[in-house]
Amino acid sequence: MAKVTMVDAVTMALAHELRNDKDVVILGEDVGINGGVFRATNGLAQEFGEDRVIDTPLAEAMIAGLTVGMATQGMKPIAEAQFMGFIYPMFEQIVCHAARFRNRTRGRLTCPLVIRAPYGGGIHAPEHHSESTEAMFAHIPGLRVVAPSSPSRAYGLLLAAIRNPDPVLFLEPKRVYHLNKEEVEDDGEEYPLDMCFVDREGTDVTLVTWGAMMKETIEAADKLATEGISAEIIDVATISPLDMDTIHESVEKTGRCVIIQEAARHCSLSSEIAANLADQGLYNLMAPVKRVTGYDTIMPLFKMEKKYMPTADRIIDQVRKVMEVS
Amino acid sequence: MTTVASFEINYLQYLSPNGDLVGDKKPNIATNYEHLKSIYELMVMTRTFDTKAVALQRTGKMGTYASCLGHEAVHIGIGAAMEESDVFAPMYREYGAQFYRGVKMSEVLNYWGGDERGSNFSGPQHDFPWCVPIATQCMHAAGAALAFKLRGEQRAAVSVVGDGGSSKGDFLEAINAASAFQLPMVLMIVNNQWAISVPRKKQSAGRTLAQKGVAGGLPCIQVDGNDYIAVYTAVKSALKRAKEGKGASVIEAITYRLSDHTTADDASRYRPDDEVENAREFEPIKRMRKYLTNQGQWNEQLENQLIATCKAEVDEAVEEYLNVPKPEITDMFDYMYADLPHDLEAQRRYALEQEEKSNG
Repeated sequence: MAKVTMVDAVTMALAHELRNDKDVVILGEDVGINGGVFRATNGLAQEFGEDRVIDTPLAEAMIAGLTVGMATQGMKPIAEAQFMGFIYPMFEQIVCHAARFRNRTRGRLTCPLVIRAPYGGGIHAPEHHSESTEAMFAHIPGLRVVAPSSPSRAYGLLLAAIRNPDPVLFLEPKRVYHLNKEEVEDDGEEYPLDMCFVDREGTDVTLVTWGAMMKETIEAADKLATEGISAEIIDVATISPLDMDTIHESVEKTGRCVIIQEAARHCSLSSEIAANLADQGLYNLMAPVKRVTGYDTIMPLFKMEKKYMPTADRIIDQVRKVMEVS
Repeated sequence: MTTVASFEINYLQYLSPNGDLVGDKKPNIATNYEHLKSIYELMVMTRTFDTKAVALQRTGKMGTYASCLGHEAVHIGIGAAMEESDVFAPMYREYGAQFYRGVKMSEVLNYWGGDERGSNFSGPQHDFPWCVPIATQCMHAAGAALAFKLRGEQRAAVSVVGDGGSSKGDFLEAINAASAFQLPMVLMIVNNQWAISVPRKKQSAGRTLAQKGVAGGLPCIQVDGNDYIAVYTAVKSALKRAKEGKGASVIEAITYRLSDHTTADDASRYRPDDEVENAREFEPIKRMRKYLTNQGQWNEQLENQLIATCKAEVDEAVEEYLNVPKPEITDMFDYMYADLPHDLEAQRRYALEQEEKSNG
C-alpha cells in the first residue's frame, strides 16, 4: 500500500471518481495542465482530458455559478477555489443557490457539487490566503462543510463528498498538505460524513478540533500524557451538519472539554459546540468548557501568523485550567 | 493608427406599432396566422393572469408579486422559440415563457403566495425556478450549457436579465464564460427602461446594452421587444446558431415596464405619467391585435370569446391556488438534504410537536 501525503490523497480520490463516474468533472483556475497551485489535480488533465479537468477563466463567482448550473442538470462538478480567501465571490452562488435548490424546488432540482478550498494559515502566504472562515459556511442550512485532518480521511471523505447528492464545501487544511504520509489504499472506500472521529481515547478531558489544528492537539495530548493527563481527541471532520452526539458521549466520560480551532472565536464553530454542551450536557461537565482559538482579529500577515494560531502550549494551558476543577 | 476591432449593433423590427409589417425581408412566421393567433391568445391570457395576480395581492390573498405588464411579446417570444429540451433560466417576471413551456398559472400564484411548492412546477423538469438575486441565473444557464456541450447534446440554455441586471458582474462573467467555452446559450436582456427607480440611462453610458456581448466576441443584436415576430425570430436564430456549435448570442429586447417593479413599489414616485402613457401606444398586445385585425384574422367577436375564455381559465387557476392544501410543517425539513442529518431530525420532531400543540 502506498504512503501518501494529504494532497496526494486528494488527487487519488479525484482520479478515482473521474475514472468511475462519467458525470464527474473538475473545474477551476489552473486545475488543468498546471495541476492546481497546490498540485491537487496534478496529472488529471493529462489522464482524463481537458473536457473533464477544465481550466476556467479567472472568475470565482462564475466558477461557482457554472458548477451550480451543471449540477442541477445531473453532472457532478468539483470546483476548486484556489484559496479560501478567494471563495467570497462564490459566496452568493453557494448560499443563494447551491444550498437552496433542493429545498426550494421540493427536490425537483438538486445540487450534487463539491467546492474544494485550501484553507488556514501557517504557510507564509500573502494577504487573503490564510483565513479559516468555516463558520460562515457552517451557518448556512443546506450545505455540508467538511475538513479532513489526515491523508486517509482526505481520501475517504472526499469520495463521500463527491458521491453525496447535496452540495459539499470541502476545506483542505493546506498547512498539513505535506506534513505526514499515511498508507492509503486507492480502493474507493468512502468515510462516513456527518460524524466525528474519536481519534484517541482518553478519560480526563475531551479535546475537540478539526483540520490542521489536529497537529497541535496531538502534540498537546502527548505532552499531557507525560503528566498523567489522559486526553480524548475528537476530530470533528464534518463541521456541518455537526455530530454533537459523539462529543456529548465523550464529555459524559471525561467531564471536561477544550475546543481548539484556528478560526477567530466570535460566532465560530467552537461557540456552537460550547453552547450545545451548555444546553444539552451541562450536568456532565465538571469544569467550564474552554476554547483555544485564533484571536478576534484579522489574520495577520505571515510575520505574526504563528502568534495568532493556537499552539500546543496554549492548548495545554487551557487543559490545566479545566483540570484544576475536580 | 490601425483599427483592430470595430462593431455594429443592428436593430430588428417586423411589426410596427401601427400593426404594419415593416422591413424588406419578412420571416415565414409573419404570415403563419394560426401560430400568431395562438400567440396572441397566450399574450391576452398572460395579461389577464397578471391583472388578477396584482388584484390578489391588493386584496391580501397573495404576497408581493412582480408584474409582467407590457413584456408579453418578449417572454412569449422566448418561450415559443425554445424547444422543450432547452433550459430556461428566468428572472421573475417571464410568466408567458413559462406558460408556453407548461408551467401552470396556479403554480406561479403558489410561489408568490409564499409556498415553495410553486417552484416544483410543471413543464420541463430541468428548467430553473424564478431567480431573485439579480443576474445570478445567467451563470446557471452557462453551467447548463457547458453540461450540454460536454455531453454532446443538441440543447441550449436561455437566461434573462433586465437592464439593471446587465450591470451585474454575474451577467458579464456569464458572457465571458459563454465566450471562453463557446457555449450553446442565449443571453437575453429585457430592457424595460427601469431597474426599480433607476432609469436605463443611469445603468450605462453605452449606446446599447446589447454591445456588452461584444467584449466576449458574441453576436449582439437589439430587437423591438414589443414585436413578437422580431423577438421570436431573433431568439430562434440565436438558438439555431447555438445548437450548430457556433456559440452564444446576446439579444437586447427593448420594451417598457408598464407596471410598478413589484406590488411593493410605487413607480409614480419616480416615473413621469406621460412617459407611461406614451409607452402604452407601443405595447405588444395592442400591436399584435391591430396586425391580425388588418389581416382579416381577428375581430371583435373572437376578442370577446377570448376575453371570456381567459377570465374563466384564470378564475379556475385562482380557485386551484386558493384551495391548495397547506404545506406540512415537516416540509421545511424534508427537502433540505437527500438524507435528513441527525441534528435536523431532532429539530423536525420539535417543530412537529409545536405544531401539534398549536393545533390543540
